Amino acid sequence: MRQELIERRLPWLILTVGVYLVISVTSALGILNDYHMINIITIGISIILGVSLNLINGFTGQFSLGHAGFMAVGAYTGAILTMKFGFPFPATLLCGGLAAAVVGLVIGLPTLRLRGDYLAIATLGFGEILRVLFINWSYVGGAGGMVVTQRYTNFHWVYAMTVLTIIVIRNWLQSAHGRACVAIREDEIAASSMGINTTLYKVAAFILGSFFAGVAGVLYAHAYYIVTPASFGFLKSVEILIIVVLGGMGSISGSVLAAIAITLVSVIFTPWPYLRMILYSLALIIVMVYRPGGLMGVKEIQLPALSLKKKEGQQVGTP
Amino acid sequence: MLSVQGINVFYGKGIHALKDLSLEVGQGEIVTLIGANGAGKSSTLNTISGLVRPRSGSVVFRDMDITKLPAHKIVEAGLCQVPEGRRIFANLTVQTNLELGAYLRKDKAAIARDMQRVYELFPRLAERKQQPAGTLSGGEQQMLAIGRALMSQPQLLMLDEPSMGLAPLLVKEIFRIVQEINRAGTTILLVEQNARMALSIAHRGYVLETGRVVMTDSASVLAEVDEVRKAYLGG
Ligand SMILES: Nc1ncnc2c1ncn2[C@@H]1O[C@H](COP(=O)(O)OP(=O)(O)OP(=O)(O)O)[C@@H](O)[C@H]1O
Ligand SMILES: [Mg+2]
Repeated sequence: MRQELIERRLPWLILTVGVYLVISVTSALGILNDYHMINIITIGISIILGVSLNLINGFTGQFSLGHAGFMAVGAYTGAILTMKFGFPFPATLLCGGLAAAVVGLVIGLPTLRLRGDYLAIATLGFGEILRVLFINWSYVGGAGGMVVTQRYTNFHWVYAMTVLTIIVIRNWLQSAHGRACVAIREDEIAASSMGINTTLYKVAAFILGSFFAGVAGVLYAHAYYIVTPASFGFLKSVEILIIVVLGGMGSISGSVLAAIAITLVSVIFTPWPYLRMILYSLALIIVMVYRPGGLMGVKEIQLPALSLKKKEGQQVGTP
Repeated sequence: MLSVQGINVFYGKGIHALKDLSLEVGQGEIVTLIGANGAGKSSTLNTISGLVRPRSGSVVFRDMDITKLPAHKIVEAGLCQVPEGRRIFANLTVQTNLELGAYLRKDKAAIARDMQRVYELFPRLAERKQQPAGTLSGGEQQMLAIGRALMSQPQLLMLDEPSMGLAPLLVKEIFRIVQEINRAGTTILLVEQNARMALSIAHRGYVLETGRVVMTDSASVLAEVDEVRKAYLGG
């Protein structure tokens, strides 16, 4: 049993460490320059956002339209703690995530108790309220935003948080909790007739997803020097949603791939922002026509298991 | 075992779906609710299982007042409903659907045993363990819905129109299995359009009309009553 588990996980471990080493080394050697690195950081943040929204929208089937709002809560919390209180970065990351999670609880509890699309409406409104709030709050710089002089976010932190997000959400999904979430997505009434506490699991998934959006927000705030209300508008939420839909509602690896693709496209098309939105829409239409479930559907990328034992030496039962 | 006393259910402002409805189900019985479309059969089951809240009245199950309990707690108490229209988890495999039926249980060995029993009751499911449930035929989906409910080890199993949309032969098969489940010790509350079949396997029955119980008796008596024959048995 244990052996088998190790054999299945080893390829992922090698991949994870390998990617990390390759990027670290090439960046140290100057093959990847600062411009490359900031884009890699953006990719990491997008992966965190995509995977965490997928937990809510794709796996649990609850339609959140305000993921950027939770990112904003994390970003502003992080900026305030760093700039006004001099918190160390790890504590800031944790607090940013927790702040977003608490807001998630406040929004999720009343709306997710009901069956229906109340969450979409509530999260849509929440994003707008937040924007107006930050614009009018001079403590955090109003519409001009808040400058963050400490550039704590680097490749290592982003990579660590990305991996952490994926591992935590994957483990959640593989547990009985995750199966409860998927059952709710499939049919909420049937799920409750199986004895699943649907409100509990909808809220739990929503809080967990919000937490990681908050972490992504903290990373963002300390990567780009400035947080502004405009960075977390409705379009940002839509962009995250596109990652989830393109990658596959219910596929973690799909979200990772889509986050990479979308970020690359958005980097390449930075000079032409309108073209970028057109391209997103086109990609969405094409995927919806040819692969309605998204790139990966509900499947995950599988790596072949590595065998640790030598096959020849194996004993085949007792005679 | 189950005692429903004077429940009133309203939808929105206007619709008074259940009017002072009372019924009893005893340990080991098969009790059937028959009535025309819209009579309130599903509303009755949904109220018992906690999906719909009554404005007044009470539901008592094995000496426990479950009227205000949330749906998942009612399942925990040993009462499981196979909802109208099956509601299987379409994208998950047959096996996973059954596993989710045992969601509240921790006893791995007993779960495996019950799974085996479900596959024995429904050999067609055994042949399709790894198939996504949404690709099963209507009849197979109904079997899965019943099997999934059995996995929760219910004391009382409530079935809402298990014969809906099935060919006559399959209907017979399903009813035979319902009887078999009952003989193995599970009490059954059965809602049916197909009154003839329902009365043929039930011990007792209730006839519902626009949210009221208009008649109740043993199944064999009901099957002979003129009004019932005319209205539900086609003469
Ligand atoms: N969610 C709801 N909202 C509003 N009205 C409802 C709702 N559910 C049921 N009703 C109404 O309550 C009445 C009883 O419905 P119910 O589904 O209990 O009937 P039924 O006996 O199960 O019928 P059928 O045999 O067609 O399934 C109907 O008039 C129906 O229109
Ligand atoms: Mg009905």
